[in-house]
Amino acid sequence: MADILAYAETRSAALRGVAREVTSTASRIAGELGGCVHAVVIGGAGVGEAAVDLAENGADRIFVAEDANFLQYSPDVAVRAIEDLQAQHAYAAIMFPASAQGKDLAPRVAARLDRALATEATAIDTENGEVVVERPMYAGKAYGRFRFAASPALVSLRPNVFPVEQRSAAGAVEPLSVRAGENRVRVIEIEAAERAALDVREADIVVSGGRGLQSADNWFVLEELVESLGAEATLGASRAVVDAGWRPHGEQVGQTGKVVSPSLYFAVGISGAIQHLAGMRTAKVIVAINRDRDAPIFSVADYGIVGDALEVVPRLAAQVRAARAARG
Amino acid sequence: MKSIVCIKRVPDSETRVRIARNGTSLDTSGVKYTLNPYDEYAIEEALQRKEQAGQGSVTVMTVGSEQSAETLRSAIALGADEAVLLQAEPSTDGLAVSHALAEEIRGRSFDLLLFGKQAIDDDNMQVPQMVAELLELPCVTVVVDLNIEGSRATARREVEGGHEVVEFSLPAVISTQKGLNIPRRPNLKGIMAAKKKPLEQKTVDLRASGLELLSLSEPPPRPAAKIVGEGPDAVAELVHLLQDEAKVL
Ligand SMILES: Cc1cc2nc3c(=O)[nH]c(=O)nc-3n(C[C@H](O)[C@H](O)[C@H](O)COP(=O)(O)OP(=O)(O)OC[C@H]3O[C@@H](n4cnc5c(N)ncnc54)[C@H](O)[C@@H]3O)c2cc1C
Ligand SMILES: Nc1ncnc2c1ncn2[C@@H]1O[C@H](COP(=O)(O)O)[C@@H](O)[C@H]1O
Repeated sequence: MADILAYAETRSAALRGVAREVTSTASRIAGELGGCVHAVVIGGAGVGEAAVDLAENGADRIFVAEDANFLQYSPDVAVRAIEDLQAQHAYAAIMFPASAQGKDLAPRVAARLDRALATEATAIDTENGEVVVERPMYAGKAYGRFRFAASPALVSLRPNVFPVEQRSAAGAVEPLSVRAGENRVRVIEIEAAERAALDVREADIVVSGGRGLQSADNWFVLEELVESLGAEATLGASRAVVDAGWRPHGEQVGQTGKVVSPSLYFAVGISGAIQHLAGMRTAKVIVAINRDRDAPIFSVADYGIVGDALEVVPRLAAQVRAARAARG
Repeated sequence: MKSIVCIKRVPDSETRVRIARNGTSLDTSGVKYTLNPYDEYAIEEALQRKEQAGQGSVTVMTVGSEQSAETLRSAIALGADEAVLLQAEPSTDGLAVSHALAEEIRGRSFDLLLFGKQAIDDDNMQVPQMVAELLELPCVTVVVDLNIEGSRATARREVEGGHEVVEFSLPAVISTQKGLNIPRRPNLKGIMAAKKKPLEQKTVDLRASGLELLSLSEPPPRPAAKIVGEGPDAVAELVHLLQDEAKVL
C-alpha cells in the first residue's frame, strides 16, 4: 500500500528527461513511506532497453509495454495499463510529468480511478505517512498545499523542478501486456517545429525577447546569444511579439503561454507585465535588459542592465562565448 | 453542427491575488471577473461550426455561483443559443466539477463538446479529459487546428517541440488553445438579443472534494534586481556575476 507508480514518458522508443525526474521523485517519497517504486514504460520496439536505466533513478520494478503500435502516445492504451497496475498493486500514489502528454493523460486516469488529481505540483512531501503537494494556482500568484482524501494520490510534477537522483543499480524489466480495447484517438503524424529547437519548457537557459527588440528582424541578436550559451539554451518570447507575428506561439512565456523554470532566464526588452511574470518567476536566476530603469521586470530580476538591447546583447553574446571558451 | 461549450467565470488575469486571513481562501473584494480566456476559443469554434453548417445550435454551460449567469449572458451575446447554469459552491477538485457537468450533458445530443484547455484560476487542466472519460468520448486536448469531415475529424495539438496530428470520430471532446481561431467581440445587437434567449438555472450538489486545501501562500518574494550597470559597458561585470556569484554559466 506504500508503493508508488511513476509514469515514465517516452518518445520514439527513448525515455524523456521528465521520466527520470518523476522516477527520482517517486523514489524519494516511496522512501519516506517505506514502499517501492514501480515505473511503467509504454513505447515502440526497443524502448525496454532504454527503460532499464530507470533503476538508476530508483525504480525497483520496471514494467514495459513494448509494441510497434505503441510508438506514438495513445491515451487509451496508457489509461488501461495504469488502471490494471493500480488494480494489482493498490499504489499510495501515481506520479506523472506535467508535460504535454502527462497533462493529457493524468486527468483521464483520475476519472477512471475516481480519485482527485493535483496538477503541476512544484513540491511534494509526506506528512504523517500521507502525500502532501504544493502547486501554483492563479498563474503562480498563489501556492496551495493539498492533501488527498483517498489513495492513490494522483500528481503531475512540473518539469525541470524536481532533481534527478542517480545511483548505480542494475535493473531488469518486466514485460507488461496491455489489455485490448478501443483506441478513440490515434496519432497519425508528428510535426516537428521548423527549427528542431529545444522546447522552451525543457531548456535550462531561456533567452526571451519582447517588444523592446523593435522588430522581428532584430531577433538575430538573441539567436546569437542563445548560440553562445550552448546546447541547453533556447528562445522565448513575450505575448506582445507573438501577437505581432514576430515569433511563433510555441515560444510564448506567461500565463497564456508556457510556464518555465530554467536555471537562467534572460528577459530582453520585456516590460514585466503580471501575465509574463506568471510564466517565469520561478526561474532560478533572472537577468533583465531594459532601456527603462523603472520597468517592472527589474523587481523580479536578480541582475539587470539598463540599456539598449541592440547594443547590450551582441556584447553579451561575445563575452559569454569568450568566457565559455576560456573554461574549455 | 450541435455544440455544447463548458465555460468558467474566473478572476481577470490582471488581478492581484490576496490571501484571506483564514489562510485557505482568497480575498475576493475588488476582484474583477471575466470569462476564462481559453473558453473564448471554444465558444468561437462552436459558433463558426454552426455558421458553416448553416444549422445546429450552441449551448453554453457552467458550474458556478449565481454570478456566473453574467458570464453565460456574455457568451449568449456572442451568439450562443441557450445557457445552463448549474449552481454550486465552488470546488478546486476538477473531478467533482466534471461529474456535475457529465451528469447534465449525458442524454443531450451533440457533435462537439468544447472546453478551454485550462481555467486560469485553479490551473487544473483536467475538466475536459475527465468529462470525456466519464462520458466515454474521444478527447483531444490543447487543439490549435480542427478539421471535420462528416463524422470523422483530425486535430493538431501542441506538444513539446512541435505538434501532433490525431484522428478521431464525432461526437468528441476538444479542449481549445490560442491559435485555433480569432474570437469575435460582442456587438450591440447580440447584447440586446441575449436578453431574450433562454438561461436555465438549477442547483446541483458537488461531490465532496478529493483534495483538501491545507493552506494558501504567496509566492516567495524575489529580491529586487542588482542593477549591474548601464549599457554595453556593464556586460563584463554581468558575465562575471553569472559565472562566479550565481554560478549559472
Ligand atoms: C488575458 C491575458 C493574458 C496574457 N498572457 C500573456 C502571456 O502569456 N505572456 C506575456 O508575455 N504577456 C501576456 N499578456 C500580455 C501582457 O499584459 C503584456 O502586454 C506583454 O507581456 C507585453 O509584452 P512586452 O513586454 O514585450 O512589451 P511592452 O510591455 O511593450 O514592453 C516593452 C519593453 O521594452 C523596453 N524597451 C523598449 N525599447 C528597448 C530597447 N531598445 N532596449 C531595451 N529595452 C527596450 C521598454 O522599456 C518596455 O519595458 C497577457 C495579457 C492578457 C490580458
Ligand atoms: N466550473 C466549470 N464550469 C464549466 N466549465 C468548466 C468549469 N471548470 C472548468 N471548466 C472547463 O474546463 C476547462 C479546463 O478547466 P480546468 O480543468 O479547471 O483547468 C475550462 O477552460 C472550461 O472550459
